[in-house]
Amino acid sequence: MSESTATPRAKRWPYILPLVVILALGGVFGKRLLDVERGRDPNLIPTVLLNTPMPSFDLPPLPARGDALRSEDLKGTVSLINVWGSWCVACLSEHPVLLEIAKSGEVQIHGIAWRDDPARSLEWLAQHGDPYSKVGQDPHSKTAIAFGVVAAPETFLVDKQGVIRYKQTGPITADDWRNKIKPLIAQLNQ
Amino acid sequence: MFTEIGHFALALALAVALVQAVVPMVGAARHNNAWMAVARPAALVQLALVLTAFAALMHAYLVSDFSVVGVYENSHTAKPLIYKISGVWGNHEGSLVLWVTVLALFGAGVAAFGRNLPPSLKARALAVQAMISVGFIAFILFTSNPYLRLNPFPSEGRGLNPLLQDPGLAIHPPMLYLGYVGFSMAFSFAVAALIEGRVDAAWARWVRPWTLAAWTCLTAGIGLGSWWAYYTLGWGGWWYWDPVENSSFLPWLTGTALLHSAIVVEKREALKSWTILLAIITFSLSLLGTFLTRSGVLTSVHAFASDPTRGTFILVLLAIAIGGSLILYAIRAPHLDGGGLFAPISREGGLLINNLLLSTAAATVLLGTLYPLLVEVLADAKISVGPPYFNGVFLPLMTPLVIVMGIGPLMAWKRGDLGGALARLKVAAGAGVAMLLVSLLMNGTRLIDIGGAFGLAMAAYLAVATIMEWLGRVKPTRAGVWSRIAHLPRAAHGMTIAHLGMAVLIAGVSGAAAWKQERIQTLAPDQSVEIAGYTMTFKGVETVQGPNYEAGRGTIEASVNGVKIATMHPELRLYKQPPQQTTFTSIHTTFFADLYVAIGEAQGAEGAYVTRFYYQPLIPFLWYGVLMMAFGGLISLTDRRHRVGAPQRAAATIAVPQAAE
Repeated sequence: MSESTATPRAKRWPYILPLVVILALGGVFGKRLLDVERGRDPNLIPTVLLNTPMPSFDLPPLPARGDALRSEDLKGTVSLINVWGSWCVACLSEHPVLLEIAKSGEVQIHGIAWRDDPARSLEWLAQHGDPYSKVGQDPHSKTAIAFGVVAAPETFLVDKQGVIRYKQTGPITADDWRNKIKPLIAQLNQ
Repeated sequence: MFTEIGHFALALALAVALVQAVVPMVGAARHNNAWMAVARPAALVQLALVLTAFAALMHAYLVSDFSVVGVYENSHTAKPLIYKISGVWGNHEGSLVLWVTVLALFGAGVAAFGRNLPPSLKARALAVQAMISVGFIAFILFTSNPYLRLNPFPSEGRGLNPLLQDPGLAIHPPMLYLGYVGFSMAFSFAVAALIEGRVDAAWARWVRPWTLAAWTCLTAGIGLGSWWAYYTLGWGGWWYWDPVENSSFLPWLTGTALLHSAIVVEKREALKSWTILLAIITFSLSLLGTFLTRSGVLTSVHAFASDPTRGTFILVLLAIAIGGSLILYAIRAPHLDGGGLFAPISREGGLLINNLLLSTAAATVLLGTLYPLLVEVLADAKISVGPPYFNGVFLPLMTPLVIVMGIGPLMAWKRGDLGGALARLKVAAGAGVAMLLVSLLMNGTRLIDIGGAFGLAMAAYLAVATIMEWLGRVKPTRAGVWSRIAHLPRAAHGMTIAHLGMAVLIAGVSGAAAWKQERIQTLAPDQSVEIAGYTMTFKGVETVQGPNYEAGRGTIEASVNGVKIATMHPELRLYKQPPQQTTFTSIHTTFFADLYVAIGEAQGAEGAYVTRFYYQPLIPFLWYGVLMMAFGGLISLTDRRHRVGAPQRAAATIAVPQAAE
């Protein structure tokens, strides 16, 4: 008697097993998504250069616009390095935020005019406003490649020792500035 | 305007899919023919609406309407036409529209050609298919709207990732989607059968062509992707065990198992619950792939921009689809089996072993793919699983699989004669041993040579065994060969071609893995270097203009004993929008081997460049093998057994129900 009822129940397990495996897997995915949503994405590698010294560079200035942009000169202050080009549509959408940041005086912003014609860079800055302290030309991507830039705009936050502390891929939004970059600058300035 | 029509058509499609998901299902439960009959027109209308939505999106890309966000982000006026088209599915939103288009295509296919299906099974299968549509169309409309407008809109777009601007990759996603979204049909049939509580030979016969069609496309799609990686990435590799590659390979493995187990259901009424489970798992793995690439839980070069909101939505979809079907499976499947007796030494026994090996292979690949994620979530540690793991566990599983692939087809159903089959395999085994010895003699006996020789031996064994089996059927020494060839079921020819393709593929993989040679060096103009008997002379680099890029175009002459064999032109391209550098390799193929050339950065002012030369023996066989497998699938698809029972043939089948084999 007991055997005849026990057997079918024992045989049911193989059929339930797939469900159990899938539910466990679903739980893991769910937890991971929660982690990502809470901003803790351990898989995200912002840049391989993060927390390493920035590559050294010596970029000529735009014609008749200030000094050359040299990595040596940036030591001693916290600075933002913004890789941009007059050809870059997304840079234009980022531009008002950069102007705001420059106006706030919280940090100096340097520009790398990437793969651009210097005359056009100047014209673009004249037309849309100029948030940069110094602008260096990088027509042949030498410095951009050293920084691992994939697409403009990209922005790097460099501390007083010249170490990269943060990388923004794509335009900086007002939120990014308020919630991520500004607090980090305050911390680095201490 | 068109864009809004597309958006509206998609919303209408959602409504139609909802009706299609509910009405036929209820009708089937209540035996109401009129309600069940809703499935067919609904599936056709759904396809028409989804196609309209797809066409509208395509239109926006073709005319470069940058007021549409997706077009602005992924297209550019200077882009060649073919890449404007492929830009449609080169991003998350657009690729989902392609996803639901394929889904609707398969549903409409069953609606249009499935006239001989039992009405209740057809109604339920189409209702399940529509439920998947509802989920994914809702996903598009609520989280990933491709018709979103920008205001004010920019005058120029940001361009498509140059790596994706390639003819191979333009058609790779549609093929891949036809494949793994196509498995939705097997899934829908499986769930419908569970609801009906009945699986029989006829069911297997209806499921098989749809599965076969999906499998054929997936095979071609994965092959295209691999080929693209080979010739564009510039490192001579063709498979990286990347999580996204794996997620397309997983449904292929279980789909292959499904194709074979469905034959057992059809012929022997056995392995029913297993086949149902495989159908569910195969589509579940397709869904998993969709989830992994779009949710941001894994990092991969292929991943779309990640967004946790979307991830949550897909996870809920997955939970409903997979969880729901498996609950149904747990309730219904125990009552399905109990078919005929199952002898271990038989055709079905061989197919069972094939299934076990393929499923184990799928499980190990799945484990390797998800392991870093599991460890990170559960133990908060970072690890990565690379090719050594996959090669280490995958290859040992493939060896017995290939051996069984040789034996299985030689055995009869029910009671096979293992002794007889092995006797017929003598020639094949001999060919394998001969290949092993020849290869060892020619290539030496380092460990890598032994591995390569072993792979070639397996390929030779499988090829000869497959051909012998085919010859055994057509009996070329007796009169009437041609008629026997003509009367052999197309599925048998298909199997022969596909299995031969597998042998050719194994030869390609073995050769490329064991005897690839590479030379990476800096060459000044007119310097040369030797590789595999070829003298490669670097002639310098000139600048050329492409439609939307500027390239440094190298000239390299390959010669043997002073005789020029080929002039090759690899390029280093700098795309303008978005600015990105890509390599464009140059490949000279000799049918048996590829000479593969790529150039890198300029070194110094003297015109010297980094040059990479690869000699890849047998790698063309990899592509021939994939083509043969896909072609075998196509031939098998034309088997009249799949059409048997269509109205015009109904009389014949009733008269001789078992005539097909």
